[in-house]
Amino acid sequence: MIGNLGRIGPARLFVHFAVMLIVVIWLLPTLGIFITALRDRDQIVVSGWWTAFAGSTRTTAVRLAGTDKATQDGPNYVIAGNVSGDGNDGNGKIQSFGLRVQDPAAYKAGTPADIGNGETLTVNADGSYRYQKNAAFDADTRGKRIYLTITTPPEFTLQNYRTVLTGEGIGQSFINSLTVTIPATIIPILIAAFAAYALAWMDFPGRALLIALVVGLIVVPLQMSLIPLLRIYNEIGQMFGVPSKTYPGIWMAHTAFGLPLAIYLLRNYIAGLPKEIIESARVDGASDFDIFVKIILPLSFPALASFAIFQFLWVWNDLLIAMVFLGTDRDHLVLTAALNALLGSRGGNWEILTASAFVTIIIPLLVFFGLQRYLVRGLLAGSVKGG
Amino acid sequence: MISQILTAIGAMIFGVAVCAAYFLFSNKLLEIIFPAKEGGDVHRAAVNLRRRGLIRPWLFLGPALLLLAIYLMYPVVATFILSFYGPDGNHFVGGANYVWAFNDTEFRQSIFNNILWLAVVPAACTFFGLVIAVMTDRIWWGNIAKAVIFMPMAISFVGASVIWKFIYEYRGGNDAQIGLLNAVVQLFGGTPEVWITIPFWNNFFLMVMLIWIQTGFAMVILSAALRGIPEETIEAAVIDGANGWQIFWKIMVPQVWGTIATVWTTITILVLKVFDIVLTMTNGQWNTMVLANLMFNWLFRGGGDSGRSAVIALVIMVAVTPIMIWNIRRANAEMKGR
Repeated sequence: MIGNLGRIGPARLFVHFAVMLIVVIWLLPTLGIFITALRDRDQIVVSGWWTAFAGSTRTTAVRLAGTDKATQDGPNYVIAGNVSGDGNDGNGKIQSFGLRVQDPAAYKAGTPADIGNGETLTVNADGSYRYQKNAAFDADTRGKRIYLTITTPPEFTLQNYRTVLTGEGIGQSFINSLTVTIPATIIPILIAAFAAYALAWMDFPGRALLIALVVGLIVVPLQMSLIPLLRIYNEIGQMFGVPSKTYPGIWMAHTAFGLPLAIYLLRNYIAGLPKEIIESARVDGASDFDIFVKIILPLSFPALASFAIFQFLWVWNDLLIAMVFLGTDRDHLVLTAALNALLGSRGGNWEILTASAFVTIIIPLLVFFGLQRYLVRGLLAGSVKGG
Repeated sequence: MISQILTAIGAMIFGVAVCAAYFLFSNKLLEIIFPAKEGGDVHRAAVNLRRRGLIRPWLFLGPALLLLAIYLMYPVVATFILSFYGPDGNHFVGGANYVWAFNDTEFRQSIFNNILWLAVVPAACTFFGLVIAVMTDRIWWGNIAKAVIFMPMAISFVGASVIWKFIYEYRGGNDAQIGLLNAVVQLFGGTPEVWITIPFWNNFFLMVMLIWIQTGFAMVILSAALRGIPEETIEAAVIDGANGWQIFWKIMVPQVWGTIATVWTTITILVLKVFDIVLTMTNGQWNTMVLANLMFNWLFRGGGDSGRSAVIALVIMVAVTPIMIWNIRRANAEMKGR
C-alpha cells in the first residue's frame, strides 16, 4: 500500500519537503516555551528564544586601573590587571576592544594595539590586560576608559523551575491535579465497565433504549449541567454543613461527564468478545460478577487502557469543571487553573509562565508518548469526545 | 508538603475503594438474599436464580445510570425551566430572558463568532488532517512526523494559550521582538502588531490554536481510514492514468467520506463547547466572545444571572441536537448490522 502510494504523484521530494515544513511549524510553538523556560530571566526579555543557542554579543565600557598602579618594567611603564567583574560579569568572552565609543571593536582581543604616543594596549579574551608606555604615565590621571565587545555563550538554567515549584504554588497545584485526576480516571472506568458489560451481555427490558440514551448523552454540552449542579452542590453543602466544593464532588462530576463515551466505547469492545467464552463460563456455574471480574476485565485490557489515557488527559487538562466544582482558592487550585491565574497576574513574566506551562504539560506528554499506541487504538474504536 | 501528599493519597484510595466496595458488596448481598441452593428445594433455587438475573443488570448499571441522570439528564430539564426565571432562579419572568438574548449585542456578537469558529475550525482541521495523512503515509519517516503533529492533543488548552501568547507577544518601541510572529513580520519588513486585539481578525488568531491542537486527531483517524482503501482501486486508477491530484479527490476522498463526516462532527461539538482558549487568551475582550464564555460570564457576573445563563446554555444545546440525533441513528444502524 505504502509503496504503491509512493509511486503516485510527480515529486516525492516535494512531499518530503512539505511534511518537513509542517512538522517544523507544529513543533516551533512548543519548542519556544521549552527553551525559554530554561533561559535566564534577563535574557528572555532582551532577545527571542530562537537566539538562545547562538549566544549573545554586547558592548560595554570599562575603566582600566589608574596611573598610580603603574609599575616600571625596564624602560617601559606598565599597568596590568583584569577587567573581569567590572562590566564583564559572568562567563563572557571578550572578542574585541576599542578606545572610542564610535569604534568599540577597533582591535582584536589578544593582539597588542598600538594606540600612539608610545602606548600599546593588549586585552585578552579572559579580561586580563596590559597597558604599556615607553615612558612614565602622567601622574594622577584616572584610569583609561575602553570599550569591550563581549560574547556570552548559550546559557541555560533550572532556576525558573525552582522558582515556580516553590514560590508560585505550582508544586501544590501539581499535587491537587494528581488528587483530582487519578480517582477521576479509575472510578469512571470501573463504573463504565460494569455498565458496558450489562449492556453487552445481559438480557433485560429497555436495553436498546439505554444504549441509544448513552450515545445521545455523549454530545450533551457541559454548559447545560453547570447551573443546576452548582445549585445541588450548594444545597447539599448547606444541608450537611460541609463545603460545597470538594474532591469527591469533582470526582463525581468528571466521572459522570466521561461516562457516556466510556460506556459506549467499552460496550462496543466487550460486545465483540467471543460468545463461547462467556457461555461456557456460565455453564460452569460462574455468576455474572465472576465472569466480569475474571474474564471480561482481563480481556478488555486494551480498551480499558485506551479509555484510561483519554480520561486522564481530559481530566488533567480540564479547566472549566475544576473552576466551577473545585473553586479557585489556593488550596484546591489545579494546574490548569493555577496557570490561568498566572496568565492574569504575571502576564509579562515569561520565565514564570513558560516554566509553569512546562510543568503542566510534562505529565500528559509522558503519558501520551509512553502509551500512544493504546491512545490511537482508542481513537479508532469509535467517535471521540474532544479535549 | 508531606502531609498534603499523604492526604491526597488517602483521599484517592478512599474514593476508589468506595466505588469498588459498592460493586463487590451489592453482588455478594444479592447472592445471600437469593441463594442458589435453598436446602435442596430445586424449584425455589430456580426462582432465586431468575430473580438474580432480573436484579443484577440494574446493580451493574446502577451507579452509571444514577450519575448520568443527575449530571446530564436532570440538568437539561432544570436548565430549560431556569431559563424562564429571573437572576436568582426564583421569580418567573416568562420569555424575558429570551427577549433579552436576541436584543443583546454581546449575545449576537457571540453567535456571530461561534458561526465563524464553526465554519473555519472543523473544516481546517479535517482538510489539514486529510492532506497530512495522505502525505505522511507516503514517506518512510511518516510515523515520526505524525507523532509530532499529534502531540498537541496532549497539551491542555491553557498550556496551549501560554504557548501561543508567547508567539503573539508584542513589544513596543525599539525593543527587540521576543514573540515569534512579530519577529517574522519584522524580518520581512512589516510592522509588529498586538495581534489578539485586532477586532475580527483576532478570532482567527485564536482559532489557529485549536486547529494546531486538533489537526493531529483528524490526521490519525483519517490515516486509518485511508489505509482501509483497497489497494486494487488505487492501482486501477494509476493504470488508467490518473494523477496524484485526481486520485486524492476522486478515489480517496469519496472512499473515506464517512470518516470525514465523523471527524468533522466531533470537532464541531468540541468547537461549540470550547471555552478555555477564549477565557485565557482574551476573556471575550476585543470582540472575541463565544457562547460558552458568555454563558460562564453570566453565571458569575454581578452575583450571577442563572436565567440568562440558562438561555445561552440552551442555545448551545439546540445547536448540538441535530448531531445527537445523527449519532443515535448511526449507532442504531451499526448495531443492527452486527
